[in-house]
Amino acid sequence: MIDKQVASPEAAVADVFDGATILIGGFGWSGMPTRLVDALIAQGSKDLTLVHNNAGNGETGIAALLKLGRVRRILCSYPRQPDSYVFDGLYRAGKIELELVPQGNMALRMQAAGAGLGAVYTPTGYGTQLAEGKETREIDGRHYVLEYPIHADFALIKAERGDRWGNLVYRKAARNFNPIMAAAAKCAIAEVRSVVPLGEIDPETVVTPGIFVKRVVEVR
Amino acid sequence: MRKFSHDEIAARVARDIPEGSYVNIGIGLPTRVPNFLPPDREILLQSENGILGMGPAPAPGEEDSDLINASKTHVTLLTGGAFFHHGDSFAMMRGGHLDYCVMGAFQVSESGDLANWHTGAPDAIPAVGGAMDLAVGARHVYVMMEHTTKTGESKIVKKCTYPLTGLACVDRIYTDLAVIDVTRHGLEVVEMAEGLTLEELQRQTAAPLTLSGGRNG
Repeated sequence: MIDKQVASPEAAVADVFDGATILIGGFGWSGMPTRLVDALIAQGSKDLTLVHNNAGNGETGIAALLKLGRVRRILCSYPRQPDSYVFDGLYRAGKIELELVPQGNMALRMQAAGAGLGAVYTPTGYGTQLAEGKETREIDGRHYVLEYPIHADFALIKAERGDRWGNLVYRKAARNFNPIMAAAAKCAIAEVRSVVPLGEIDPETVVTPGIFVKRVVEVR
Repeated sequence: MRKFSHDEIAARVARDIPEGSYVNIGIGLPTRVPNFLPPDREILLQSENGILGMGPAPAPGEEDSDLINASKTHVTLLTGGAFFHHGDSFAMMRGGHLDYCVMGAFQVSESGDLANWHTGAPDAIPAVGGAMDLAVGARHVYVMMEHTTKTGESKIVKKCTYPLTGLACVDRIYTDLAVIDVTRHGLEVVEMAEGLTLEELQRQTAAPLTLSGGRNG
């Protein structure tokens, strides 16, 4: 019997290792797996590479992980926010490495990882600082930049409902990066509001098929 | 001379967005544009975080933390709207499915180069979000900005000095002084603030302007 349910967020992230690359879903607070991030803070792994749209807010969640000095490198599209002072301080002090990625390229590079592609040609960023030093190619009169996949060891994602096989559905705009991250990581861990019996999620509406998900944790 | 107010610029942009359009509205000044979209036109707003058919702010007490826009403020969904993931959202932009985007800018060049993500200052925190994807992807890229900086320098330039967001991507510029098309023949003035002459507008613009020959509008 396949049962991907894990008893607690702590158990779900217990094997995260030093130096791991971790994708974290969400856009602002919407779709952010806050309980899994809290469990990761308690878990203690360090020298991490994080991939998330932003660079943390206030002093909780991702910002707390940054403040503890546990993150070596972060990939994001929009680190500059009014309350991202923890990141700002580390960045200006040279204590964290930033790879700034256009938001669509971030999504695309994770999709490439999940789909087993070697690289993708994208028009986004052509001729800008963010494409400096990268291979380019003109195809049918349009210019493209070669971008490589973002592979990861773990993805921490959030969904509304899941079942023991790992099928997931999301809620409104909380879907955002979560389904893409599920496919891009070796081990996708989903925090869900409820685990339902198999078959209760209409197969026509499954957004993330269970094959992409390794662990499901119900948090209420 | 009477400059256009921010609301007047927004209303002017809204007037140019036709029935049936799919539109992405950027952060900053452009956030005013939806307030002026004529209610008799069906225009669908896209938000990069996975919303098509975005509606206005909810009534107090009806906010939903899973229904926010790119600025992370609460919005609503129109009947018939849809949710999707980031891959689909940026495919809509990059794939040329989005008809219009309206963005703010630091600078626009005479050839339509756009600079709006980074001042390049050494201590500045860079942030790009979806701007580069919109710049290359939206079928029409409209810029809404002040004509000059706070110190009076033209934001319309021959060549951008700030880091670029996209090359030759801007189609039309709406400022507090004028509406200007970026064309193969250079910058063409479509409309000016009341009482402004082309000579005076040119004095405040660091790239050559000509009056539109009526081809645009």
